[in-house]
Amino acid sequence: MTKIGLEIHCQLTKLESKLFCSCKANYREFEPNHNICPVCMGLPGSLPRLNQKAVESATSIALALTCDTPEKIAFFRKNYFYPDLPKNFQITQLNVYGDMSVGGEGHVSVEDKKIKIRRIQLEEDPGRIIYEGASERTKITLVDYNRAGTPLVEIVTDPDFESPRQVRVFLNILSDLLENLGVAEPGLEGAMRADGNVSIEGGNKVEIKNIGSFHDLEKALHFEITRQQSLFERDIEIAQETRHWDDRRKITVSSRSKEEDQDYRYFLENDIPWVEIDQTTRDRLKENMPESISSKKERYVEKFNIAPQVAEIIASDRYYSKLFENAYSVHNAKDIANLITTDVIGFIDTKEKQQNSKITSKHLSDLIDSINSKTITRNSAKVALQEIVKSGKNTKDVLHEMDLGQVSDSSEINNIIAQIFEDEKQAVIDAKERPETVNFLVGKVMQKTKGKADPVKTLELIKSKLNQ
Amino acid sequence: MNLNTSILQYIEDVKSGTFTVEEFTAEILQRIKDVDGDVHAYLSLNDSALNDAKLIDKKISSGDKIGQCYGFPISIKDNICITGTKTTCASKILENFIAPYTSTVVNRLQNEDVVIMGKTNLDEFAMGLTTEFSAFGPTKNPWNLDYVPGGSSGGSAASVAANECLASLGSDTGGSVRNPASFCSVVGLKPTYGLISRYGLISYANSIEQIGPMTKTVKDSAFLLNVIAGQDANDDTTIDNNNVDYLENIEDGIEGRKIGIIKEMTTSEGLSSEVSTATKDATGDFESLGASCEEVTLPTIPYTVAAYYTITSTEAGSNLARYDNIRYGYELESEGYEYNSYISKSRTKFGPEVTRRIILGGFVPSAGHAGKYFLKALKVKSKLISEINKAFEKFDYLIAPTAPVQPFKFGEKIDDPVTLMLLDYNTVTANLTGKPAISVPYRVINGLPIGMQIMANSLKEKSLFQSAYALESKTHLPEVPL
Repeated sequence: MTKIGLEIHCQLTKLESKLFCSCKANYREFEPNHNICPVCMGLPGSLPRLNQKAVESATSIALALTCDTPEKIAFFRKNYFYPDLPKNFQITQLNVYGDMSVGGEGHVSVEDKKIKIRRIQLEEDPGRIIYEGASERTKITLVDYNRAGTPLVEIVTDPDFESPRQVRVFLNILSDLLENLGVAEPGLEGAMRADGNVSIEGGNKVEIKNIGSFHDLEKALHFEITRQQSLFERDIEIAQETRHWDDRRKITVSSRSKEEDQDYRYFLENDIPWVEIDQTTRDRLKENMPESISSKKERYVEKFNIAPQVAEIIASDRYYSKLFENAYSVHNAKDIANLITTDVIGFIDTKEKQQNSKITSKHLSDLIDSINSKTITRNSAKVALQEIVKSGKNTKDVLHEMDLGQVSDSSEINNIIAQIFEDEKQAVIDAKERPETVNFLVGKVMQKTKGKADPVKTLELIKSKLNQ
Repeated sequence: MNLNTSILQYIEDVKSGTFTVEEFTAEILQRIKDVDGDVHAYLSLNDSALNDAKLIDKKISSGDKIGQCYGFPISIKDNICITGTKTTCASKILENFIAPYTSTVVNRLQNEDVVIMGKTNLDEFAMGLTTEFSAFGPTKNPWNLDYVPGGSSGGSAASVAANECLASLGSDTGGSVRNPASFCSVVGLKPTYGLISRYGLISYANSIEQIGPMTKTVKDSAFLLNVIAGQDANDDTTIDNNNVDYLENIEDGIEGRKIGIIKEMTTSEGLSSEVSTATKDATGDFESLGASCEEVTLPTIPYTVAAYYTITSTEAGSNLARYDNIRYGYELESEGYEYNSYISKSRTKFGPEVTRRIILGGFVPSAGHAGKYFLKALKVKSKLISEINKAFEKFDYLIAPTAPVQPFKFGEKIDDPVTLMLLDYNTVTANLTGKPAISVPYRVINGLPIGMQIMANSLKEKSLFQSAYALESKTHLPEVPL
């Protein structure tokens, strides 16, 4: 049986500042080495000042993942030399000698299977190394310390996954959860990363590092499983080792640096005293936690009778659920939900588009009102949406400017039908013999009116003309 | 002009117009010029000292708000950062490091209008007891230039003893303030861990070290502590001292107080007969002051030096890892090196003692050996803490000589690291337990000083000063012959 475990790193990008200084947690907009100070550069004499909000965010994550949370936490030093590490040690957490990290055991349900969370720890992100020409063989290696000290949460699972697909489902659930909590933006480049470990029946555990995206993780896991199976079939021992994902060749490669042999000489970071997280704090964090995705989904289904798939899509995305929550009234909730999942998603399908979109909840309720009062057709609503997303103009103006008002005047529609009956004689004969083909004629009318004709009325009028 | 004056006397004199800040500063500069060629207390001087003094004089004459220090001259150990000045830790590896920020202690001093004379010599990265491990040459003991001044804050102690300033800030990881204070006959305080901000102090063993004032008198020590102590947002380990005034009631005496004489520190093998006699005299003095003295035993003390070196090496190995010559450092062409060979090469600039401790620090906490060394040292530490806490249930103070011997000649012990380490025997306990301890000048025998150490319970500095002041008033010491 294949066993896969994960080590996920997620930056707490919603925080104002880094873990131990007041530099920005959001380092992405800065010129290289312009978001740094004596503390995050580890200059001689500087001391870390713990960002208490980061402890709270990490604790919220632990609580949301049903982890045990301790009364007090400690930090440790993980000692190793690397150019992206200003102090040549990383301040992180460890569960030893009775000291605990922000989160102990918890679990996440993935399609009827419980994935056990082993621990959650709060730590600092290192800087970034840039190899000129994107190759490690380059003569020039650059280091950008803007990222150094960014608050990072590490989530470690037990090897409970049985397939790369399960991993993908879990990561989707996890990133939705982190985003919903309002502590992280997993969609940001490099904000959420995952390493995996794989073992197959009868083989040793192999860790895979250096994986750039979730997409690559799935590929790396597939590759690794296949590699191990083929070794197993040929009776070759699967060595316990760390392998790197070679993004260019799309294979895993044995690490020459013996990371598994590295001794990190962990010991307490005495510059940061134990941090108390008392019951009151934990209660407050729980209370302030946004509604969970599953409870949101349940509420949408039960209260508004929205289809479970539709409710799921809206509940698990902060952007859509916010649009929805602000737009609905009890009588139009279902229509708004459907409008979001059938049309809005088509125009706004990435985080970037979400950020740039000009659409508001008012637009959605206006559009649904217009459809329900038969001022416009469903089709016209879609056309209008596309414009609204871009311009953000109010719905009435858009409908007017684009001439999207619905044609529901019987005589006007009848005139058009008469013309279609002239042009499509064969179709008329067909429709008389086989009534199910009548939709062709309806479609022609819609085409002629650019989708503005009231489809129900059109069908009614065509049917009566056919019967004449 | 008498340069051998206390801070408090100096302030009186400036206030009464006996001399100006500029006049006094100029005299001190002249004194430095006259004696520091021999003493070598300073590694660098503040070029604008005279100018700083003039500005303070201007404040005084114009009736502006003036800080409580009135421009008295102070020196700062060269492991404490001041913006725009070299902070070398007496190491080749930081030879040209210019700090881009100022430590909290220096900030607080400058806010109260001190004149900083310069940065003082130390054993490289504060590791040593003689200043012989300074990469820039040792400091000499002003009492006899053939003798070591103690360390690691030897430059600070010597600068005060030689009247090259009125006070200094040192740092004390295992005795680095108290040992040179004892050797140079000045007052040296290692406060409760967390009482003084370490922000801007270059870390050696951060879990136990503290910055401490080095002064000519006990009252000056209390005065300086008033200025620099207290919580600091830049150091999470600092504690609130409720703005205690350490000078207030300092002359109250110690009648009826209970003093424990630490047996392990007063009967140890390495104790010289002069020091032993002085300790007995001190006990008599305390009794004549109305305190009751009794021997107390802390059985873990014989293991403390080993535990101390294990813990400090572990932390030093980690704290000094950042000196890889990549973000700052000295000129070393990187062409032809890969990362690991480059940093190995660059780190060969560390001196022998620092190298020794870094190597030790790579070993004692390592995966296969932590249980035998590092974790055991932590156990010694926690055992010692419970022993000393128990002792403080009974005693107000615990006393012992600061150092088991008097100053010795250069080169005498430098080649014998273990003997050198044993000089810490009486001082490391205060660091390992976080308790405050003060070294008070007590005797000068054969022209060489002996200091007496008093320890008190955590945050009992006020009481500690009362005992130190009482003992100081019992002594009549000669002036430094320089």
